[in-house]
Amino acid sequence: MTATRFWNRRRREAGLGYLMLAPSLLVFSVFVFYPFLRNFYLGFFRTPPFPGLPQRYVGFDQYREVLTSSYFTNSMRVTVLFALLTVPTGIILGLLLAMLANQQLRGIGWYRTIFSSTVATSVAVASVIFGTLLNPQVGLLPWLGISTTPSILENPKYALLAVAVTTIWQNLGLSFIVMSSGLQAIPDEIIEASEVDGAGSGLRFFRVTLPLLSPTVFFAVVVGSIVAFQSFGQIDLLTQGGPLQKTNVLTYAIYTALRGEQNEGKAAVLSVALFLVTLVLTIAQMRILERRVHYGD
Amino acid sequence: MATEFVVHGITVTEADRRAAQRRVVRRRVGAVARYALLTVLAIVVLFPIYITIVNSLLSPSQIAARPPVLFPTDPTWGAYADAWNQGSMSRYLVNSVIVTTLIVVAQIVTATLAAYAFAFLEFPFKRTLFLVFLATLMVPFEVTIITNLTTVVNLGWYNTYAGLAVPFLATGFGAFLLRQAFLGVPGDLRDAAALDGYGHLRFMVRVAVPLARPAMAALAVFSFLGAWNQYLWPLIVTKDARYRTLQIGLRQLRATSIDQVNVTFAGVVIAALPLLILLVIFQKQLVRGLTAGAVKG
Repeated sequence: MTATRFWNRRRREAGLGYLMLAPSLLVFSVFVFYPFLRNFYLGFFRTPPFPGLPQRYVGFDQYREVLTSSYFTNSMRVTVLFALLTVPTGIILGLLLAMLANQQLRGIGWYRTIFSSTVATSVAVASVIFGTLLNPQVGLLPWLGISTTPSILENPKYALLAVAVTTIWQNLGLSFIVMSSGLQAIPDEIIEASEVDGAGSGLRFFRVTLPLLSPTVFFAVVVGSIVAFQSFGQIDLLTQGGPLQKTNVLTYAIYTALRGEQNEGKAAVLSVALFLVTLVLTIAQMRILERRVHYGD
Repeated sequence: MATEFVVHGITVTEADRRAAQRRVVRRRVGAVARYALLTVLAIVVLFPIYITIVNSLLSPSQIAARPPVLFPTDPTWGAYADAWNQGSMSRYLVNSVIVTTLIVVAQIVTATLAAYAFAFLEFPFKRTLFLVFLATLMVPFEVTIITNLTTVVNLGWYNTYAGLAVPFLATGFGAFLLRQAFLGVPGDLRDAAALDGYGHLRFMVRVAVPLARPAMAALAVFSFLGAWNQYLWPLIVTKDARYRTLQIGLRQLRATSIDQVNVTFAGVVIAALPLLILLVIFQKQLVRGLTAGAVKG
């Protein structure tokens, strides 16, 4: 092969490569990177109180103002609390169901299907179901002997808990599926060997199963936290951020700033904050994945 | 002296026999207890779905009755007709199918092209561009809505299928997943195909894509669920029934049928049914798709 032909071919290959990346890169530039970078810029401008007036450059003032406001700190607190209420419980319940369904019993397939069934529910489906069941007029709670004044979704004490229960139920199917596949990846010989060694079921769980399952659990914690920080639909359908902002999670706060208050500048600063939180969580996730790749699946 | 039996050439004492019997009994009791526990948990998980179906078949006054009706002895299907026609659920369903199909097909095509370039072609800045793709995983969509809304409005796509779908036509995660699958294609195959005069496009379509079918299916499931369950974006980018998707349509249906809870419940069933059917048919692919991130890394 002559040198020219070699270089021609290389150039053609490079051209083809760029051509194949082009559709994705176009979408990413317009709908991911540009809006992402523009958030930082928008944060420097105060949105005028009436549309039509010019935006005013205020430097870091708006960042300082929004990030130290009680609106933001409350929203962060609510979001973290929401993640703490939903993520560990969801994983523990998913793991419990997965362990129970990971037995050689006749008809176990039916139970597996039932435990996975809530993956078929979207956030809207789950929220409308629970919203109606928790409704004081048509809901079932008063009949079960649980009644609060004001009603549970309007009660500052319990509203977030109710949203969390809805979320846990909706994600239970996914949690079950992820934990089941983690369990099934553990070689039977290891469990059998520990049985032969006389380890009781409690000891076996904490000394053998759980350590082998830890990558799956860590992964579920990180992904679950990212998902929790992006929760929106259940808040919109159940509480609209209320009562007294007790359920005003970060994404809902962005939505309210953008659509309700028409305040792009404030929404942009809140978006930057949401990005930074997600970034920390994503880096943690990649660290875990990296470690897992090294140790092999 | 204890009685001795000879079973399969092994001498067994009476005491041994009793111990074995006790073990069988204990195992049987254990099995019953396990089934009981599994069944109770299955009922708890399924109850919200069950009561939704029951309530969709009752009249509003029956739903409000206490104690609640737990079995519809006299089911009426009127609520489904109301939700389907006046409630526009049929229109929302069509919209969701159109938008989801656009997104899934486009994501598979763009991700396949990009993944092929990353796996089989050599070109300058390949590593950097791959990092650019991975970087999109760091930016949650919620963070981009402010500017994406402006962009879509400026393009004249507000309240259109294009506005709903175009921001999601490419996927960094999908490109990453398929690249991993393509890297598993043996190099010998590439050489053999090159000898047969296969160009890159023919090799991609005839060899690489068929070999990567499991990863393709996983990506299809993953993007399908993502697109179908979207909530925030369709909420802010649509304004009427012509383009509203199923999830947002359900929100609208609940708001407009406050005095007819049975219609809301029928709407929930209509909204949940497509995924429930797919779950039953494609359980295996679904599990693989959902755990693609978790187990394969």
